[in-house]
Amino acid sequence: MASIWEYANPRKFIRTTDVVLPWVTAAAVLCLVGGLIWGFFFTPEDYRQGSTVKIIYLHVPSALMAINGWLMMLAASLIWIVRRHHVSALAARAAAPVGATMTLIALITGAIWGQPMWGTWWAWDPRLTSFLILFLFYLGYMALWAAIENDDTAADLTSVLCLVGSVFALLSRYAVNFWNQGLHQGATLSMDKQENIADIFWYPLLVCMAGFILLFLALVLLRTRTEIRARRMRALLARERLG
Amino acid sequence: MIALLIRDLKLALRAGGGFGLGLAFFLIVTVLVPFAVGPETGLLARIAPGILWLGALLACLLSLDRIFALDWEDGTLDLMATAPLPMEAIVTLKALAHWLTTGLPLVLAAPLFGLLMSLPGEGYLWLVLSLAIGTPALSVLGTFGAALTVGLKRGGLLLSLLVLPLYVPTLIFGAEVARRGAQGLAVEAPLLLLAGITCGSIALLPFASAAVLRVNLR
Amino acid sequence: MSLTITDLAIARGGIPVLRGLSFSLAAGEALILRGPNGIGKTTLLRTIAGLQPPLAGEISADRELIAYAAHADGIKATLSVEENLRFWAAIYGTGDITPALEGFDLTKLTDRPAGGLSAGQKRRLGLARLMVTGRPIWVLDEPTVSLDVASVALFAQAVQRHLAGGGMALIATHIDLGLDAQVLDVTPFKARAPLRGEDDFDEAFL
Repeated sequence: MASIWEYANPRKFIRTTDVVLPWVTAAAVLCLVGGLIWGFFFTPEDYRQGSTVKIIYLHVPSALMAINGWLMMLAASLIWIVRRHHVSALAARAAAPVGATMTLIALITGAIWGQPMWGTWWAWDPRLTSFLILFLFYLGYMALWAAIENDDTAADLTSVLCLVGSVFALLSRYAVNFWNQGLHQGATLSMDKQENIADIFWYPLLVCMAGFILLFLALVLLRTRTEIRARRMRALLARERLG
Repeated sequence: MIALLIRDLKLALRAGGGFGLGLAFFLIVTVLVPFAVGPETGLLARIAPGILWLGALLACLLSLDRIFALDWEDGTLDLMATAPLPMEAIVTLKALAHWLTTGLPLVLAAPLFGLLMSLPGEGYLWLVLSLAIGTPALSVLGTFGAALTVGLKRGGLLLSLLVLPLYVPTLIFGAEVARRGAQGLAVEAPLLLLAGITCGSIALLPFASAAVLRVNLR
Repeated sequence: MSLTITDLAIARGGIPVLRGLSFSLAAGEALILRGPNGIGKTTLLRTIAGLQPPLAGEISADRELIAYAAHADGIKATLSVEENLRFWAAIYGTGDITPALEGFDLTKLTDRPAGGLSAGQKRRLGLARLMVTGRPIWVLDEPTVSLDVASVALFAQAVQRHLAGGGMALIATHIDLGLDAQVLDVTPFKARAPLRGEDDFDEAFL
């Protein structure tokens, strides 16, 4: 079997994603449309929360991808540090704005949900606060990428920042928990799901989560392709200058 | 190695070294807060630990870009990188010099500023202790941020954006110690966590700072 | 002890500038590097000094043997001449700065803050630093910038003494120092655009 590292070759990556990307995109659209319609129109209203509960189909999957987006960046950064595959660094760069947007969606849908439930748009609840801090980490990471001209230098520096940032994001999570026990309901996504949320809400949520995962994948693949092409353009320009 | 520390301290203390700027900034913040929230003693006493911690943190942040920028501009950093000092030692000493010229004066001056903020009597010990334990972490983290942004023009704002999220846990635990101390509550848990963060940062971050500094000198 | 460069390729900002460069220096020898501006002499010296990794090839000398002097002198304006030198002497673990002060005619200036020196005097202080490093291989980037004729002669004497003591010097300069040294023009080693598959410079992206 071919080694997985073959896909670290940009040309191989572009060729493979040429084939894969349309399917992933189609699957993402299918899951999202299906899951959201199922969730919004074909589930009963919660007896306490009314129809507001339905925002869960956006809120939970986006929150999931906000965290997994960062984890993906961390993995890609580690691969860059250890094996120095350019595609890996570019994938980390590509994932950051998507992850940041997911974080923002989670924060905004959370606020919209929180307003009728808790009577406030924002509370300094540990989970909300952690997501806000995560958003700041995303911003810093993207700003560092944008500030440095040399691609390899930028990849090196952002990788180390991602590593250190991950540790401190985790620390912040626990610090925030320590600082304020919150209003937020317990985990929606848990092994013993029966305790948290009924099946009838659970299945469409699963579909929506699959949809968000696929959407994230599609966007990251698309953006990585763009980054690879931009990088190729810079390499060609550099070669031009050499004459 | 001690020569580098002594040189940095000398440079900070001589004209244009910026020593005392952080302290003056801390003073100004402390003076401005009552203007913003009103002079009511009860309110000031309640927010004093948090405000003092925040002021110390911002004063610390203010001087971060000087850690490497001057040595970078005049070429000293290149020469130092080829000298027989390991980069890890350079960044550790830089962080130590930053703490001695910025963090330590803040710790020592904090009780005075506590007075201005009508900090309750029980709070002074814990305020000073939490700052003494927490500010080294601020310096070490700041050195990491400064190493990341050393080659960049106008890197100051970016530096703040990178460093401030890293400061969150330290600020939370540090301010929590000061707050609980002022209210006469048990402070052991946040104090130990704060000390843990400081020790961990001092032990591990110099490696990260040295790595990014090497990349930036390339 | 010698400095041997074998088939070296170097890059600036990710773009190859010189390739296929080989030369060697034995104890007591000096090599003058020449070439037009922007050809990559500074990058070459930085690579040899160990500040950046080469793209390919080998540098035989241990980094611990090399003393590097760049365009910028690394002089602190608020420290005196003596303090500046003592700092470097302490960093390199050598004690005596008197020979360095005398060698570059700085003895009268010892107590002056370095910020008050003229450009040429600063340069002399920067070069005096080389003598307190105690390292055998001097790697110098345009050392004579802003030096007057007398100072250039001082510098040439210092290099000669260093060579006589078994040291080596690699100097990028445009002027004639009057040294008995080999001259290497790096122009023929200018990197052409790589052929496809020739090296790993962004190869995958081209």
